[in-house]
Amino acid sequence: MAAETSYTELLSFGDQGWGDELLLGGWLTIQISVCAYLVGMALGLLGAGAKLSGNRWAGWIGDLYTTIVRAVPELLLIIFIFYTGTSTLGQLFGAIGLGGDIQVSPFAAAVAALGFIAGAYMTEVFRGAILAVPKGQMEAARAYGMPSALRFRRIMFPQMMRYALPGLGNLWLVVIKDSSLISVVGFYELLFSAKQAAASERMYFFFYSVGALAFLALTIASMVGIFVAERRVSRGVRPV
Amino acid sequence: MTSEFFLDIVAELMAGTWVTIKLLVVAAIFGNLLAIPVAIARVSHNPLLWIPSYLYILVMRGTPLLAQLYLVYYGLGSLFPGIPEIRNSVIWPYLREGFFYAALALIVNTAGYSGEILRGAIQAVPHGEIEAGRAFGMSKRLIFWRITLPRAIQISLPTFSGETILLLKATALASTVAITDVLGAAQHLRSEWLRTYPPLIAAAIIYIVLTFGITRVFNWVERWLNKDRVQPKSAAAAAAAAIAAK
Amino acid sequence: MNRTVIATLLAGAVLAFSGVAADAQDAVKFGVAAEPYPPFSSKEASGKWVGFEIDLMDAVCAEAKMKCELVEVAWDGIIPSLQEKKIDVIWSSMSITEKRMQVIDFTEMYYDTPAVFVAARSSDIQVSKEGLDGKIIGVQTSTTHADYAAKAYGDVAEIKIYDTQDNANADLVAGRVDVLLADAIALDAFIKSDQGGDYEVKAQAPDDPIFGKGVGGGMRKEDDDLEGKLNAAIKALLDNGKYNEIAKKYFDFDISGRTS
Repeated sequence: MAAETSYTELLSFGDQGWGDELLLGGWLTIQISVCAYLVGMALGLLGAGAKLSGNRWAGWIGDLYTTIVRAVPELLLIIFIFYTGTSTLGQLFGAIGLGGDIQVSPFAAAVAALGFIAGAYMTEVFRGAILAVPKGQMEAARAYGMPSALRFRRIMFPQMMRYALPGLGNLWLVVIKDSSLISVVGFYELLFSAKQAAASERMYFFFYSVGALAFLALTIASMVGIFVAERRVSRGVRPV
Repeated sequence: MTSEFFLDIVAELMAGTWVTIKLLVVAAIFGNLLAIPVAIARVSHNPLLWIPSYLYILVMRGTPLLAQLYLVYYGLGSLFPGIPEIRNSVIWPYLREGFFYAALALIVNTAGYSGEILRGAIQAVPHGEIEAGRAFGMSKRLIFWRITLPRAIQISLPTFSGETILLLKATALASTVAITDVLGAAQHLRSEWLRTYPPLIAAAIIYIVLTFGITRVFNWVERWLNKDRVQPKSAAAAAAAAIAAK
Repeated sequence: MNRTVIATLLAGAVLAFSGVAADAQDAVKFGVAAEPYPPFSSKEASGKWVGFEIDLMDAVCAEAKMKCELVEVAWDGIIPSLQEKKIDVIWSSMSITEKRMQVIDFTEMYYDTPAVFVAARSSDIQVSKEGLDGKIIGVQTSTTHADYAAKAYGDVAEIKIYDTQDNANADLVAGRVDVLLADAIALDAFIKSDQGGDYEVKAQAPDDPIFGKGVGGGMRKEDDDLEGKLNAAIKALLDNGKYNEIAKKYFDFDISGRTS
């Protein structure tokens, strides 16, 4: 069976080849990664805000968040969220009083799990970036009477992004690679489709290599994008 | 939560913790040892050395560890039995165990990441120290082994603490290839007792404890290595110490 | 540039939360373990799922006049998936056991087959406490076979637990385990396949209660309605001969487990 079909046929699209399954998996990997990254950014901004707010409880929650994600393996977090997430959420909502049936799609669960993990690392990146912006900038803005929302939007955010970009870029790569972990809980993405193809055709070395190369292509493309973004964001800044 | 369940959790997770620690130590030692030649090759000016090293590091950091693990476990694993010399050799009992493949995947992966960190550290060694070595007439090789490398390791030590914790988390992936480490034991308990929360939460606690342990160990190592750079606790204390010494 | 960044952030958040909204309730989701388990369920290169269980699922749904959807899940997460309502029915060769019945309900049994031990033809391994001393038995996690192996031989042999039966088979071929314990038909398919040529059945496992009473569809305890529909459909298929029609495509013996 394996000897008859050539390598190119195995990878082809259509009925004989696994190419379309792999490509679909790759597309899902990208989708999941993008959504998880954005969720992570939102959580990261919240977390950084909590840690920097000076409020004791907020800071404590922020620390708890980052410590847990930092110390507990991502795989364990993903398994936990995937296998208990809906019931936990249901119980939480029930406790608040919002009864009814909560149905979380597998996609949302995967995004939640990966986003939760990314958010903790983002918290640290944003915290460092916000602290790196010279204090004088915000003080001047306050002296001008800018409302806080405008202060954040026009002064803090653009400058913070410049310091945050290397960390954010690195985290994007991390998110893409961590997304492969959801294959363990049976979620269909790139590594999962490679696993299925490898098992069906009994050609483990071949398909796992193809899967790894596909991820490598994604990371290299991302690295190019990050390089371009870093250059753009640093324009006008004197080179160190 | 019956006492039978609780005792089973403790027993199996203890066994799993031992496997995790074994995996961590083996991967950390051999992985970081392998990182040294990788870093040396990376900073070399010889294209025959730095290009393969660069590609090696790129692949290790550009592909998911899980994919690397599957490749090693299933890929190599399906190739080895086909080779009679290996099948009948002395090391075959070790090649039967998943531990070998997981350790191999972790070692190779760690070498890539640590190699890159070490490279950065080598390039960050203060040039003055190297110049001093040259002024003393030390050969290039002597300078590298006596000054550059030890200094680079010292510079990168804080980062290694973080890397070791990442390695601890990476060992959890071994559970996907039938190895009963902490996570593997928790999964087994989950299927045996059909209860999801307790085994996973217990496993998470173990990882948190192990993380604190690692951080502690590295703090101690850093302090021990930097004994010559310890600052006095305050100016007053320093003054008092100076007066007392007279 | 800031506007685009914020806009994408909002878009992403909306995308992420859109998944939380209630799913389309029409189709009944049948959960199938996402690994090849021929001849019961396996995925072809075209992406289509085939096998006895797949055909039976289609027939049951047609009989019960329901719209059904096949959902791939990981085997060791299949019960949590059911409880989390990610799937509505477990239709993946799951044995009906006391232990599982404490947590979930089952439909009528839709097949019943024994468990066998498989090893290399060249191996003269004896299936007994003495024969398996120091050997490695490969089983799939969360199965009755794993439970039986641990109970009967756990103190003399090493029990290696795999997330899928497929990986266990691969490790038998790789020489990483000495013998497999699994479903007779699934292992028969393995023996008949290309990589299973050098292997044979060594012994059949005794009829231990730990193996349960056949294979049925797993359901949430509260879904009595759906359970009733599926049971009626299964009974109907057995009565009107459609079950035998499907079974004959794959087996030349009766696997329904019914002694009529």
